[in-house]
Amino acid sequence: MARQEDGPQDAPAVRLNGVRKLYGDVVAVDHVDLAIDRDEFFTMLGPSGSGKTTCLRMIAGFERPDEGAIELGGSDVTGVPPFERDVNTVFQDYALFPHMSVGENVEYGMRIRKVPKDERRRRASEALELVRLGGYEDRRTTQLSGGQRQRVALARALVNRPAVLLLDEPLGALDLKLRQQMQDELRTIQGEVGITFVYVTHDQEEALTMSDRLAVFNDGRIEQVGAPADVYEHPANEFVAGFVGVSNIVERDGRRVTIRPEKVRILEEPDRGDGFEVEEGRIREVSYAGMVTRFVVELDRGGELQVVRQNLEMSSQDALEQRGRRVRVGWAGEHAYAIPEAATTEEDS
Amino acid sequence: MGRRLTGFLWRHPRAQLGLLLSGPVGWLVIAYLGSLAVLFVASLWQLDDFSGEIVHDYGLQNFQELWETPVYRTIVGRTVAIAAAVTVTDAILAFPIAFYMAKVATPRVRALLVVAVLMPLWSSYLVKVYSWRIMLQESGIVNWLLEPFGLHGPGFGNVATWLVFSYLWLPFMVLPIYAGLERIPDSVLDASGDLGGKPWMTFRRVILPLALPAVVAGSIFTFSLTLGDYITPQLVSSTQFIGNVVYANVGIANNLPLAAAFATVPVAIMIVYLLIARRLGAFESL
Repeated sequence: MARQEDGPQDAPAVRLNGVRKLYGDVVAVDHVDLAIDRDEFFTMLGPSGSGKTTCLRMIAGFERPDEGAIELGGSDVTGVPPFERDVNTVFQDYALFPHMSVGENVEYGMRIRKVPKDERRRRASEALELVRLGGYEDRRTTQLSGGQRQRVALARALVNRPAVLLLDEPLGALDLKLRQQMQDELRTIQGEVGITFVYVTHDQEEALTMSDRLAVFNDGRIEQVGAPADVYEHPANEFVAGFVGVSNIVERDGRRVTIRPEKVRILEEPDRGDGFEVEEGRIREVSYAGMVTRFVVELDRGGELQVVRQNLEMSSQDALEQRGRRVRVGWAGEHAYAIPEAATTEEDS
Repeated sequence: MGRRLTGFLWRHPRAQLGLLLSGPVGWLVIAYLGSLAVLFVASLWQLDDFSGEIVHDYGLQNFQELWETPVYRTIVGRTVAIAAAVTVTDAILAFPIAFYMAKVATPRVRALLVVAVLMPLWSSYLVKVYSWRIMLQESGIVNWLLEPFGLHGPGFGNVATWLVFSYLWLPFMVLPIYAGLERIPDSVLDASGDLGGKPWMTFRRVILPLALPAVVAGSIFTFSLTLGDYITPQLVSSTQFIGNVVYANVGIANNLPLAAAFATVPVAIMIVYLLIARRLGAFESL
């Protein structure tokens, strides 16, 4: 297997240069440029059909770009088949080999590279230990739960110590609890093994929790790349503002302004909201979600804002009685972020 | 009345099932298992050499005769060998076709290929075998094509039998393998490549083991269809199959008991074959 170590040490782990991919007439990926650093937990976030999975598959080598180049560790791999790339993939449906035991699945990559049997055994059991499935070597994959299969798939990929690990919505099929637990575990494992993770998801919360940096995909293009806090607080355009977090956009003085729902306060008397931007409105909708209550406030100056409030004292009964009430809302000036004009796609409509 | 019956059946699901299955089960037991039983009983009777009458005494003389007569052993050997050769040939031919259909072709091309594979089954068996007879005869197209290269076709004989059977039963091998390959998720093949498996490795370690039950399922058809046939050998060969001996004994020699005894041989071979096939997981693939 050709290890991609001939490139310069400071080269990014993965780089896409003007990559474009068509399926028939449909542009799946449209001139994407991207550089992913070494040992980074990088997330490609976007709705389905936005090109993120196609990008991942091109990095893995399952798809060939129609234009542009892909580099791994500084060397061009655009024409290199998947079995010669130093990356491994965790598939959305896990893609475990059904005719092999858990141990044989994990050893598959090493067996192909003719790693001696003893070493294979040892490394496979270490990898299974890492994903907390020690002693599962002889199980059939059909006997495992979804979460366990997911971890076998992770062990099977990690055991080869690839330069880059690609994860294609690996938690998509798990229930919420297991998902959150696996999110934490994935982060911990990434810290332990020190491998670049490229993670594809459509779940913005997952992206914000796990990533060092993330790229927001839309319509085959990247709308924004940045650290989670950066993308969340300073969305580059309306799409990002709406997709990452809740779309909370109002037009004020000719500018489109976004304010995150948790930054807006409902001001109770006698709070005057000193130092805040204050507006009046009416609560149009209330939904009680256990930990928090969500309000939709219709503003007198036009537009609507979603407001999220922690249920410190409020019961569900109290919450629901708020509907229709007139309120004053306020937010700190620095939390109202004006979306840059240029990035909107007004000319299309 | 109808309403009361419906109500009764709804309350008694077993009665409903019984009513539903009585027809097919009756047919299966009487027409299939019954005739097999009669066949086996008849194989224990014997023919009075002098009068030519069937004597209803039970004994294993027919089987003894089959075992001890060299020509019968040769015929069994030939039948099984050609059936095996046809099965292997069809498996080798069918696999790439089925793989292309299941994993490479676009849905449109796939539908066309399914039709193309099934199309030969729409025409008469006899027409197809006679066509081969015409192609293979001395002045036929096969010799005409081979002549410029200084070659000569197989003529009529075992090779022709093997060729024609391989042609006839190919669809019965393609379809099960196609179904088996289609059940392998693409991501599993991607995973093998991703883990460093070159295409040949992926074929040997992933595709073949996963498709093997389907190949065995297809082989049940090609093997048993060849085993029981007697028309093709008659038309494109001068050598005999088990079926030809059975046919001759029923008609010309009028030795029904010996015919029955010989007819149980392929049944026995198929039983052994199916037991092996079951161990290889072929029935999960049907």
